[in-house]
Amino acid sequence: MSLLEVTGLCKRFGGLQAVRDLSLAMAEGEVLGLIGPNGAGKTTAFNLVSGFLRPDAGDVRFTGRSIAGLEPHAVCQAGLARTFQIVRPFPRLPVLDNVKVGALARHPAMAEARARARAVIDRVGLGAKALRPAAELTLAERKRLELARALATEPTLLLLDEVMAGLNPTEAAAMVELIRRINADGVSILLIEHNMRAVMSLSHRIAVLSFGEKIAEGPPAAVAADPRVVDAYLGEAYVHDAEA
Amino acid sequence: MLVGQGLINGLLFGGVYSLMAVGLTLIFGVMRVVNFAHGDMMVWGMYLAFFLSTRLGLDPYASFPLCAGALFVLGFAVQRGLVDRIIDAPHEMQILLMLGVALVLENAALVGFGPDPRRVRSIFSLATVWIGPFFLDVVRLVTFALALALTGLLSLFLFKTDLGRSMRAAADNPYGAAIIGTDVRRVYAVAFGIGAACVGAAGALLAPFYPFQPSVGLSASVTSFNIVIIGGMGSLAGAFLGGLLVATAESLGAVFLSPSLKELVSFSLLVLILLFRPAGLLGRRPA
Amino acid sequence: MRWLAGAALLALLVLPPFAGSYPVTLATLIFFYAYLGQAWNILGGYAGQLSAGHAAFVGIGAYATAMLSISWGITPWIGMFAGAAAAGALGGVIGFLGFRFGLRGFYFVLLTVAFAEICRIVALNTEAIGGAVGLYITFTGDPWQFQFQNPRAYYYVALALMLLATAVVWALERSRLGAYLIAIREDEEAAEALGIDAFRCKLYASVLSAFLTGLGGAFYAYYHFSLQPNSLFGIPLSVEIIIRPIVGGSGTLLGPILGSFILSPLAELSRSYFAAAGWSGAHLIVYGGLLIAVVLFLPGGAYPFLARRARQWTGRR
Repeated sequence: MSLLEVTGLCKRFGGLQAVRDLSLAMAEGEVLGLIGPNGAGKTTAFNLVSGFLRPDAGDVRFTGRSIAGLEPHAVCQAGLARTFQIVRPFPRLPVLDNVKVGALARHPAMAEARARARAVIDRVGLGAKALRPAAELTLAERKRLELARALATEPTLLLLDEVMAGLNPTEAAAMVELIRRINADGVSILLIEHNMRAVMSLSHRIAVLSFGEKIAEGPPAAVAADPRVVDAYLGEAYVHDAEA
Repeated sequence: MLVGQGLINGLLFGGVYSLMAVGLTLIFGVMRVVNFAHGDMMVWGMYLAFFLSTRLGLDPYASFPLCAGALFVLGFAVQRGLVDRIIDAPHEMQILLMLGVALVLENAALVGFGPDPRRVRSIFSLATVWIGPFFLDVVRLVTFALALALTGLLSLFLFKTDLGRSMRAAADNPYGAAIIGTDVRRVYAVAFGIGAACVGAAGALLAPFYPFQPSVGLSASVTSFNIVIIGGMGSLAGAFLGGLLVATAESLGAVFLSPSLKELVSFSLLVLILLFRPAGLLGRRPA
Repeated sequence: MRWLAGAALLALLVLPPFAGSYPVTLATLIFFYAYLGQAWNILGGYAGQLSAGHAAFVGIGAYATAMLSISWGITPWIGMFAGAAAAGALGGVIGFLGFRFGLRGFYFVLLTVAFAEICRIVALNTEAIGGAVGLYITFTGDPWQFQFQNPRAYYYVALALMLLATAVVWALERSRLGAYLIAIREDEEAAEALGIDAFRCKLYASVLSAFLTGLGGAFYAYYHFSLQPNSLFGIPLSVEIIIRPIVGGSGTLLGPILGSFILSPLAELSRSYFAAAGWSGAHLIVYGGLLIAVVLFLPGGAYPFLARRARQWTGRR
């Protein structure tokens, strides 16, 4: 039984079919990369899966039960956490309190939640900044905070939306390592990324979206060589080069 | 028969309501600011008309342009001096700021003119005209015509003049408008000024209708919000139609229920609209 | 900091026998409005949902308590909880409607104002509770009927209320609901993504805030002995309620208290100044000016500003 099963997901905004008949499956422990040109519908797919949008058609099954159309908080309670493309820390709260809010989802007692939050903060490497207001963090640190907060809800599946965006190569490499460690600890990961190096090295499998449809799926190397993928990203002219 | 009379009275009164609402929706449409001091600005329009009437003998139907002009200056100043500083702040801050302005305006009127109700007379005050079985107060008729004319003028301004076009551009996309060279701050200030001028004119036109006191400001604000929400925030046509609708509903409410309960009608209507169609009849919901 | 608060509390507790009746009355009002402001703070400050209709809850609590006593002889000591429950129920209705339909910011403010005005108009037109003339409570001075001969007794009741509300907020700050409310205030969608049922949390805040405010209504009724729809449900009372926490610091524990200590004396001063000059009600100009000043220069309120200054000062030592 797959951890996540998306079948025939559709979403339309007015005249735009943002997601068209999308089907995906993820196994437990897997890292699935979701790539595609801008506007391909990746974040929309995330929003559909995490409950921020209601699908027009199709189903999302998580650990066997349907979560399509559930409210975001219920989706999180079920064990599916997400981060946002543009980070959304609670700016006036210290880092610790930010993460504590996440930890409270599984540990209603404040002291316990604070202890768990501490642990997660140390795990992502933000220990030194635990008491600083989130507004004072650099972008790379905010990304880690966003990650830590979602991680504190102890998800089975973590959805990461362009978590590398805006990071320089050093920061990105560190983030890749962090994600790898998190996955090794047992959290399955579905990530949207434009940073190809990161996606290629992290993912067990990759799915490619273009204009709302899945156009390819498979191990990273195969997907990279797939002419349809090259066409979608770079245009027909380059397909010949890829095949050569 | 009574219903018909109520309908006519309501419709005619609606002209002024529309004028009030149009000012509010313009301010909101252009800069996303809710002018909580709207009704209290109107009160100043009323008191100015009163002042001009008692000191200079000016009929409010002659002095309303002056009231409009004075309120334009007030609105411009409020925007430039106060609102502009917090244009990017969370909406709660704007609400509180304008609430503060409302309190200052309302109680300045109280200090300046006292709490006793004031009347303003117009040469039209007691005149009526008969059309079929219904009578029309000339005052209502003139007010309706003037309000209609002013709203028409405003639309002309917005759609046919350069400044008006800049205003609509800034309303749609302030960054884009700034990039093409629009002085967005000036546009905002002018918009606020025009919104205040509208409600100042409305005040002068309303002054002959019934005795007024500073506390009228509050209910005028709430009525304006009612209308604008029903008609749709940011929509001029919506504000206009909303004004007619609310005035008629209140008028019929006075006929069917009782005069003291007519406000109940508009508040209940407001609650329903807030819940089921906050975008109003013709508006867009703000992000 | 803690012993400072303790010392202040001790001073407040022993003040009455040594002070004249005017300071005692002023202090009673300071405490009472701090209480109402603190109750509002739960919804308006911590949950971040601005309500400009809280007078409705005071009104309901006041009228319910008074009517239960007048018509059914139920002592206000019990009646006040019924009144508070009724107010809480209205808070639940407003919260349910507002939050279920996703009303935020200005729209929610307007909803609260609409409900308060509806209550006011209904009360004005309901002869059974006195209509426009209002209700008058005969003064008997019977403590069992929540009436006291000695004004100093009211001082202590008001002080107890203020401490009660502050204790509730203190506990809220340290609770999961409190942390969730603050998260919702900071960024509701991000909070939802962390498993927070924002609708339910905001609803709880609304009910709790309304309940406490309604309890204050009973005090209002049995302190002023006269209930009028325009005073009890009107916007001026709502303004009095919200201005103290806003000026003092909304979303902070001591904000409403500090705000009340600033505003009540200021109101009294300007009231007597303006009354001497022949104007009345004009102290609201001062309120308006303060609101403007706070929004422009001290958006967090006086308390956070002072706390920052104090930290800087102690840090330098």
